[in-house]
Amino acid sequence: MNINATIIGQAIVFTILIWFSVKFIWPPLLKAIEDRQKKIADGLAAAERGQKELSQASGDAQSIVNEAREKALKIVDQANRRSNEIIEEARATAIAEGQRLVGDARQEVALEQSRARDALRKDVAQLAVAGASRLLEREIDAKAHADLIEKLAREIEGAKA
Amino acid sequence: MAGQGPANSTEYITHHLTHLKVGEGFWTIHVDTMFMSVLMGVLSLGLFWMAARKASAGVPGKWQAFVEMVVEFVDTQVKEVFHLDRRFLAPVALTIFLWVFFMNAMDLLPLDVPGVIAGWFGLHYWRVVPTADVNTTFAMSITVLVIVIAFSFKAKGVGGYVHELFTAPFGSNPVLWIPNFLLNLVELLSKPVSLAMRLFGNMYAGELVFMLIALLGASWAGFTFGSGLSMIGQILAGSAWAIFHILIITLQAFIFMVLTIVYTAMATEHH
Repeated sequence: MNINATIIGQAIVFTILIWFSVKFIWPPLLKAIEDRQKKIADGLAAAERGQKELSQASGDAQSIVNEAREKALKIVDQANRRSNEIIEEARATAIAEGQRLVGDARQEVALEQSRARDALRKDVAQLAVAGASRLLEREIDAKAHADLIEKLAREIEGAKA
Repeated sequence: MAGQGPANSTEYITHHLTHLKVGEGFWTIHVDTMFMSVLMGVLSLGLFWMAARKASAGVPGKWQAFVEMVVEFVDTQVKEVFHLDRRFLAPVALTIFLWVFFMNAMDLLPLDVPGVIAGWFGLHYWRVVPTADVNTTFAMSITVLVIVIAFSFKAKGVGGYVHELFTAPFGSNPVLWIPNFLLNLVELLSKPVSLAMRLFGNMYAGELVFMLIALLGASWAGFTFGSGLSMIGQILAGSAWAIFHILIITLQAFIFMVLTIVYTAMATEHH
């Protein structure tokens, strides 16, 4: 154990090693470590953000689907109601049309009836005149006995009715 | 070991404890210590420099991962004790840890192999463990002391530091200046002495035990019961001591590093 100039040499060597380490070894290594730490932290944050966005998006999608379903239901409902309305309308129109047709027909029938009645009345009058003239064996002046004939025809008609 | 083997145990041990020297008196240089320490410094820092040069934030290779692990380990040690800017102290700690570890590890080389290799170059002596040379350990501890004082100056200013030398820990009464200063002097000087002597003592003793164990086998005198027994003794004791020494060399490197950090941290704290 003897102290000599080696101590000076070793101190110089140690100083140089420290200088080298401080200058060339520590900074790049620490920088790499810190950069990687930052990268990992960023990555984790991004992953978390992605997860959150995903859950939000799936929530959004769910609400959109729900909305669409609701809308579809409403549309179907509306369509049903509309179709019912159309059917109802059609039925009403059909009934009205039918009634109109029936009314027309009835009117025509009534017209026809009254026309036939008139014709019949005329025929009956003629027949009555003809019968009377055959009974009296002479010509009856239709004009002179018009009121008589008319009365007869009405009586026949009244008997028939 | 040059030429013929040692005549006896005393000569064997003395031979192994003799440095390869150049110069006279104080101006003697231990060539083996210088060479080995520089070699270990270049080797350890070179290996780390390889990783540092290619270091990137991407996926690290195996070596880079290991180096970063060591760097993080050292940085954590510093961070726990020293709360100021670590950009200087942390690499100092790393340098101490690596260099001391590598120099200590030379103790695990087979005892006579370095001497034989030195013999090929015509060198008669070659001590392979630089940290078993008190010059290395004191050079390191005194450099550490300089760093500690520098940090003190930086934290308190030169005036503040000198003021503290005379007024702490007892008080600022002028009567107490001398006791204060003496106590601080002892405290200041005990640090490098304890640092240096602890490392030196451990490595020197370790080396010496290796030599004693080696002497067991050196007493080989043919296939007799005694020779066989001492040979088995050397193998068992040598293995056990070498395995235990793996712990010692790491532990001593760690202790030197941690105490450096602690001393520096203490120096920057105000009393």
